[in-house]
Amino acid sequence: MKKIDSIIIGAGPVGLFAVHQLGIKGLKSVIIDNLDKVGGQCIELYPDKPIYDIPAVPECTGEELTKKLLEQIKPFQTEIFLNERVEQVYQENKNWIIKTNKKNEFLAPNILIAGGVGSFEPRKLSIKEAEKFENKFLFYSVKDKEKFKNKNISIFGGGDSALDWALELSKFSNVTLIHRRSEFRGAPHTLSEIKKLESKGKLSIKTPCQLESIEGDKNIISLQVKFEDGKIEKIKTDFILSFFGLIMKLGPIAEWGLNMNKKTIEVNPHNFETNKKGIFAAGDICNYPGKLKLILSGFHEVALASVECFKRARPNEKYRFEFTTSSKTIQSRLGKK
Amino acid sequence: MPKITYIDHEGLSKTIDVDNGLSVMEGAIQNNVPGIDADCGGSMACATCHVYVEEKWLNKLIKAEEAEIDMIDMAYEPKKNSRLSCQLIVSEDLDGLVVYTPAKQT
Repeated sequence: MKKIDSIIIGAGPVGLFAVHQLGIKGLKSVIIDNLDKVGGQCIELYPDKPIYDIPAVPECTGEELTKKLLEQIKPFQTEIFLNERVEQVYQENKNWIIKTNKKNEFLAPNILIAGGVGSFEPRKLSIKEAEKFENKFLFYSVKDKEKFKNKNISIFGGGDSALDWALELSKFSNVTLIHRRSEFRGAPHTLSEIKKLESKGKLSIKTPCQLESIEGDKNIISLQVKFEDGKIEKIKTDFILSFFGLIMKLGPIAEWGLNMNKKTIEVNPHNFETNKKGIFAAGDICNYPGKLKLILSGFHEVALASVECFKRARPNEKYRFEFTTSSKTIQSRLGKK
Repeated sequence: MPKITYIDHEGLSKTIDVDNGLSVMEGAIQNNVPGIDADCGGSMACATCHVYVEEKWLNKLIKAEEAEIDMIDMAYEPKKNSRLSCQLIVSEDLDGLVVYTPAKQT
């Protein structure tokens, strides 16, 4: 079990800045996030879209903001656990223990939930046969492409993931790309490559149509798609890849005994503590009178929460408010001389 | 005030007076109409305010912009008459609009 001052759940902009606010007070943190990369919604939903309301930054993209935050917290050498979801939270005296789905355990006096709108999970196919083939013949992400060599692959979706994998797998498999409308959205270069392959007969595209049924007992044999005009077509299929984007699920957070308001966590706006002492929430996931779901609000929230975290992690020390411009202690923590 | 009717997947119907200028999503959220989640708060960053618009209203609505159509791809069981209710702004022209909420949003 790893002992630390604060456990931050969520590696979005607010979780990353929490590392900074805790770090300049001398507190060590770890971050845990269910996604495979840092940045949260900034990276998952709008990496290329400009943000105009970060103070003193007239314009930056979600990706740029994430990069800058990572640079800002670099001096604290924080361990970030990605692809990992917090499953259980329980109390031990004045500390909290967290267990993740990878069986990692952490112990800390503080937990800061900066979980946005919950964890991102792939949207699953809604037809009932889908479940029994999941992770065997039906996948929502690709981990090992070798598995798909020389097979019949049906790929669902119209975005970058669907297009990129259609392109990649068509090099050595028989790929059918299926989308509910005739327009795809993806990088122009990828789109033109896909069209080229289609005209050479190396890949087939079925639009506008949706999945109607999957046939097969132990493994998938074929699937049927239904076109807009009602026509049904059978497609020989060994593997299905489905890329309908990510949905946001609150997940296990709802079961930790916190006061919830719909999908948000009620906090005290003085220190962003929840109804459980030592568990804090900041960013989009927290709720208090007048709450705005803005990145800048999240930054303010973690600054205040970090003060209370300090008091809990260092009960025998006196908290002193300091400016980064004048505090030698803070400057040395930031690696400045 | 324009009347908007929300019908859930089991056929239960609720008609609400919604102020001009509010979105169809806000009309639902402020009046506790179930079936619309609106996780992102109306910024077109999720697809959890997805509704099916009654066919006869489809052409009377302002057309969906590309970003909305892209986001609808991410919705649960999108159809031809799918829209994000956060993008439907209520005006007198929408008086009588009927939307169907899907069986689930996520």
